[in-house]
Amino acid sequence: MTWVLANLGLIWARTLDHVVLSLPPILLCFVIAVPLGWLARRYRVSRGIILTGAGLLYAVPSLPLIFVLPAVIGTSLLSPLNVIIALTLYGIALMVRVVSDGLDSVDADVRQSASAMGYSTWSRFWQVELPLAGPVLLAGMRVVAVSTVSLVTVGAVIGVQSLGSLFTDGFQRGIQAEIVAGLVATVALALLFDGALVLAGRMLMPWTRRVTTAKPSVPVEVSAA
Amino acid sequence: MIEFHSVSKRFPDGTLAVADFSLVLPSHQTTVLVGSSGSGKTTLLRMINRMVDPTSGSIEIDGEDIATLPPVKLRRGIGYVMQNSGLLPHRTVVDNVATVPLLRGTPKRQARQDALALLDTVGLDRSLATRYPSQLSGGQQQRVGVARGLAVNPNILLMDEPFGAVDPIVRAELQQELVRLQDELDKTVVFVTHDIEEAFLLGDQIVILREGGLIAQVGSPAELLANPADDFVASFVGADRGRRALHLERHGDEDVVVDSDGRLAGVLDPSRRPAAPAGPESAR
Ligand SMILES: Nc1ncnc2c1ncn2[C@@H]1O[C@H](COP(=O)(O)OP(=O)(O)OP(=O)(O)O)[C@@H](O)[C@H]1O
Ligand SMILES: [Mg+2]
Repeated sequence: MTWVLANLGLIWARTLDHVVLSLPPILLCFVIAVPLGWLARRYRVSRGIILTGAGLLYAVPSLPLIFVLPAVIGTSLLSPLNVIIALTLYGIALMVRVVSDGLDSVDADVRQSASAMGYSTWSRFWQVELPLAGPVLLAGMRVVAVSTVSLVTVGAVIGVQSLGSLFTDGFQRGIQAEIVAGLVATVALALLFDGALVLAGRMLMPWTRRVTTAKPSVPVEVSAA
Repeated sequence: MIEFHSVSKRFPDGTLAVADFSLVLPSHQTTVLVGSSGSGKTTLLRMINRMVDPTSGSIEIDGEDIATLPPVKLRRGIGYVMQNSGLLPHRTVVDNVATVPLLRGTPKRQARQDALALLDTVGLDRSLATRYPSQLSGGQQQRVGVARGLAVNPNILLMDEPFGAVDPIVRAELQQELVRLQDELDKTVVFVTHDIEEAFLLGDQIVILREGGLIAQVGSPAELLANPADDFVASFVGADRGRRALHLERHGDEDVVVDSDGRLAGVLDPSRRPAAPAGPESAR
């Protein structure tokens, strides 16, 4: 505890580093996965390629990926970009499938009636299909957010600073309090991100909120990658 | 006026849903398509707003071939009410009704105000306006569906079994509502149903369909009842089963109306009896 009190400044600084490393992958993977997920549903050929590719990508272990990236994309070995890009890739791998499942979950009748009312394909996607896929997308994004926050710590092994640096430093110097502090702060940050997403979901999807209070048995589809 | 000229539709899997269908649907009248499941009713209806394009033949609205019109624009000018209402679950009642006007660029305020007025038209309380569809009963959802179909004040209203999913009492209410609306609004309505009673109630012109979108007979309710073209039509309108060949019987002091199977069909309403001396005795 004394270590923690003496090093609050350090913990805060690493927390900020951690946020800076985890936010871009979380946001980017969503932005990229939406069109890819749409494409995966659109054509039979693209579906196979995209979904299989995403599955394989997810199977690549994170540490080697972060090591290999500089060679592939020409970043410096210590650049935080490696971590950001690797985690974005993982996020995409997970979210592509979620987006495609989420769009599948939209009721065919609703889709038809939207067309019959005169939505163009484009506006129907943005105004009807994507919002209605929202609950599934949210479930996916919660997994992505938590796993990204936890994976950012891996970067500490190659020297990209984050809350993970508290583990590595704690191990090297035998300061147990530092390890525990890193762990607790990481979990707290993950919970914070998760809570923020849930809150955003409530605000953006009021219809699910009201339905849940009216009928508790509403099917919330949680789709695993 | 909607005209079908030798329209056929074969789906990619080879199903021939509609074969060489020709028909004129007069303006300001209700045409009802009746037929058993799979007889091509929905397909015919969807060809009018180009949700389905014919394989051959052409469809004209007021003399204009709709194949030359952009589908999105065409659809925004035609009201469409589908079975199970097809409301957007993520929009409130008022926003659902205002959807098409908003797509057409009506200012938001105006569109919402009009939508509220339409709720009155279809007999829905304005207090429901801010609810989501899942918070409404089936009958209320159907009414919202009808209000949405009317929202752009279309000349043409397509209704695909709009009252199929509600109980008989609510259905009767909705049917009366539609009869009243039609008196008032005078649209060209194309209505699809399985239910011949509903067809007789709502239709000026009734089209009885066989399997494969073949017309068995077209006519007014009276014509179909009086002169069914063949056994198929006769059994469809129920003329052969005697459900509509009624006679009076005296049960004690009461006159009751009985069908030819001996089933009680109802009583005579004394307030609506013709003033002429023709008493019950002379009615067979
Ligand atoms: N998209 C499609 N692809 C292939 N076949 C179809 C398609 N849509 C309809 N059909 C077939 O076309 C025929 C007519 O279908 P349609 O939906 O028009 O019938 P319907 O009269 O509306 O029936 P119901 O009363 O059950 O709604 C059926 O045999 C149906 O299986
Ligand atoms: Mg149908």
